[in-house]
Amino acid sequence: MCGVCGCGDHETRIEQEKPAGAGAPRELHEHAAAGHAQAAAAPVVRDDPAERGTLLKVEQDILGRNNTIAAHNRAHFRSHGILALNLVSSPGAGKTTLLVETLQRLSGELTMAVIEGDQETSADADRIRATGVPALQINTGRGCHLDAEMVDTAFRRLHFHDGVLFIENVGNLVCPAGFDLGEAHKVVIASVTEGEDKPLKYPNLFAASSLMLVSKVDLLPHLEFDVDTLIANARRVNPGIAVIQVSARTGEGVDRWLQWLGAAHTMAAATA
Amino acid sequence: MHEMALCLGMIDLIREQQTSHGFSRVRRVVVEIGALGHVDPHALAFAFEAGARESPAADASLEILEVPGRAWCMDCSESVTIGRRGDACPNCGGYTMIVEQGEEMRLKELEVL
Repeated sequence: MCGVCGCGDHETRIEQEKPAGAGAPRELHEHAAAGHAQAAAAPVVRDDPAERGTLLKVEQDILGRNNTIAAHNRAHFRSHGILALNLVSSPGAGKTTLLVETLQRLSGELTMAVIEGDQETSADADRIRATGVPALQINTGRGCHLDAEMVDTAFRRLHFHDGVLFIENVGNLVCPAGFDLGEAHKVVIASVTEGEDKPLKYPNLFAASSLMLVSKVDLLPHLEFDVDTLIANARRVNPGIAVIQVSARTGEGVDRWLQWLGAAHTMAAATA
Repeated sequence: MHEMALCLGMIDLIREQQTSHGFSRVRRVVVEIGALGHVDPHALAFAFEAGARESPAADASLEILEVPGRAWCMDCSESVTIGRRGDACPNCGGYTMIVEQGEEMRLKELEVL
């Protein structure tokens, strides 16, 4: 993001796409031409207090545009028999490792594809592609979350139907909470190397998720981490959240996660 | 800093309003932000100041109305006010609550010239 306003919207790049700025359709950054350095000293227009303005009732959701595209994505996924999952966590919780393990275990059983969101590099998409599953990397530049439009654009390039679409969001427990991508479920991954109070510190993301995967549980013997406290905290902000404890390294709990996934996929296929 | 993205969404809505109503500029922008949502009002105000430049809302004041959080407590079968997600029910101390209100992010009205 720029130092003045924090924006980074023109920096989004999706694989197979020309860099933003080269005729990219997104026109979000209105003040770029003005130059940020001078903008801080821009003259202030003083209104005449006697001059009455007209009041316009608007009453529109600020995220309305994102929500419209997300609804379109959701309808599209449903009609194509796709279960779309939005995987969210802080950086380093083990999303990609768990995803790679999941793809390897389900290889040959389910059709799968992955949309990878990161600020920079295609390292994660490369790890996914090494499993043989198609993956497309979105680099958000300095942007902190994926939005529905990015997913729509990426999805069109995957030519994918009848299977599970994993959308690995940018590692961030704050911003992805507000941006519906059209997924059937958000799945939050919380690792045991983080604090038990993460759900209370970042309640919106845990409140928006259907399932919490507690990852890296093979490390528990070496840590002072109370899984029950983590689960109780998650249920304080989301009484209905399902919880599965997993270790991608030892395979512990992965069967239960795959069962959850299979049930969710069956549901998606049944309602297609 | 998703407030910048929200702010750019607001400016898109303001431009749509300008197209339909033909005003020259905006003097005051009123938004409703839920207390339980993911928007930090200070970050939104900061983002708006920067993001509204070169738009019809440049120099407009931003008024943020906070919508209080309300949740349905499943234990006492009552709608209660809560300040944050994860707060206990003020009546029974339980946490089995379904949020009913407080996630709003709404462009409510514009004062235009």
